Amino acid sequence: MAGTILPFGPQHPVLPEPLHLNLRIEDEIVVSATPAFGYVHRGLEKLADIRDFRQMIQVVERVCGICSMIHALTYCQGLEELMGVEPPPRARFLRVIWSELHRLHSHLLWLGLFADAMGFESLFMQLWKVRERIMDINEATAGNRVILSVNVIGGVRRDLDSGQTGWILSELAEVEKGISAMGRTILHDYTVQKRTRGKGALSRSQAMELGCVGPMLRASGVSQDMRLLGYAAYGELEFAPVVEQDGDCYARCRVRFAELGQSIGLIRQAIAKLPAGDTSVPVKGRPPAGEVVARAEQPRGECLYYIKANGGKFLDRLCIRTPTFANIPALTVMLPGIELADVPVVLLSIDPCISCTER
Amino acid sequence: MTIEADRIDSVELCRAVAAFKAKGCRFVTITCVGADQRGAELLYHFDRELALSHLRLTVAGDEVPSICGIYSAAFLVENEIQDQFGLRFSGLVPDYRRTLFLAGEDSPPPFRRKSGPDQEE
Repeated sequence: MAGTILPFGPQHPVLPEPLHLNLRIEDEIVVSATPAFGYVHRGLEKLADIRDFRQMIQVVERVCGICSMIHALTYCQGLEELMGVEPPPRARFLRVIWSELHRLHSHLLWLGLFADAMGFESLFMQLWKVRERIMDINEATAGNRVILSVNVIGGVRRDLDSGQTGWILSELAEVEKGISAMGRTILHDYTVQKRTRGKGALSRSQAMELGCVGPMLRASGVSQDMRLLGYAAYGELEFAPVVEQDGDCYARCRVRFAELGQSIGLIRQAIAKLPAGDTSVPVKGRPPAGEVVARAEQPRGECLYYIKANGGKFLDRLCIRTPTFANIPALTVMLPGIELADVPVVLLSIDPCISCTER
Repeated sequence: MTIEADRIDSVELCRAVAAFKAKGCRFVTITCVGADQRGAELLYHFDRELALSHLRLTVAGDEVPSICGIYSAAFLVENEIQDQFGLRFSGLVPDYRRTLFLAGEDSPPPFRRKSGPDQEE
């Protein structure tokens, strides 16, 4: 076959984690792209053989730092369903607050990296400066900046008092101001539009066919968001998925940017409706038995946990389908036909998380 | 508690998966529940407007038909299952031949059980 094979990654300035692409190019145009992995695979699912089902909470939190809290949430919700445990209302609302804080810091991290990939270094630093406020909230409320470790089977391990919720609201007002100030550049700058509009476009049918999830799917006109399942307290809060129609890098950027405001709104709603009461229920009795599929919406999209238990301490099988794992096949369609110089921007537009992929 | 799934065999797999595609379902993933020298059990998950449907495939031996001709996105998870469980997906494109995550060494599949799917290793 004609053309040149160009190895892209695993070490590349635009990649925070090691991902390798074999790009077949003709002149400066990509003809085909084949992803390759295996640089940081940890086999965490296999740890379920030697860590009991409670210890596995600490393991799944470490699948990925950026969506650590929601990994633990999905796993705990799966086990709660198997064990017939109903977390108290306050715990469900607290789970929403920490989940949306995670989504905020993940999207801000991505927007910063995306800005950096396009040459906007100052914007990158400003976005991460705003993100620091979210990290400070995480540290003040959970004791950790990244891996919050708040979820347990039956609820959460920490609570928020009225002083903390008031402080969170005042910090979010500052975050909102910062986001708003940078929106003019992110959404309307000539260079950003030139680099992103029409690049790596996926139609609605292609996104569905390729099994895309999260902002990738919503940017192609599919109104799907696992939060609509109503898990935790999402069923008691008002929100509608952010949907764009163009399916290109710009549309993905717009979806994630709009979801920043959506997350702030959800946190405000959750704090306003935060019920009094316990934050967890005691879980006693036999270990879980049976099989269950649990899903939640991570910043990058749908996360699916399959859990099979036999009534013993150790799970029979834990399988984690992370959102980036679902979005990577789309690269084989998005990259062919674009110029080599656009590969970093298109690649980043899926918000790749290799920790998740190589769990 | 058990997941409600239609039980199928290898012969019926592609027809059943094509029926999900015809209904407009999104392919979610394949879970390999367990595999050993006697066979394997796989769950195929599909989503339609937030409702999940499942197919449960039980195979004797190591050979499973690939569904990447129907849902091309399945190539990634099928290659992962080849790496981890040592199954072979016939018709898989691209086929990494157990080098998706592994470095090509001739090691036993790390997730494959030595005895049966329901027994401790």
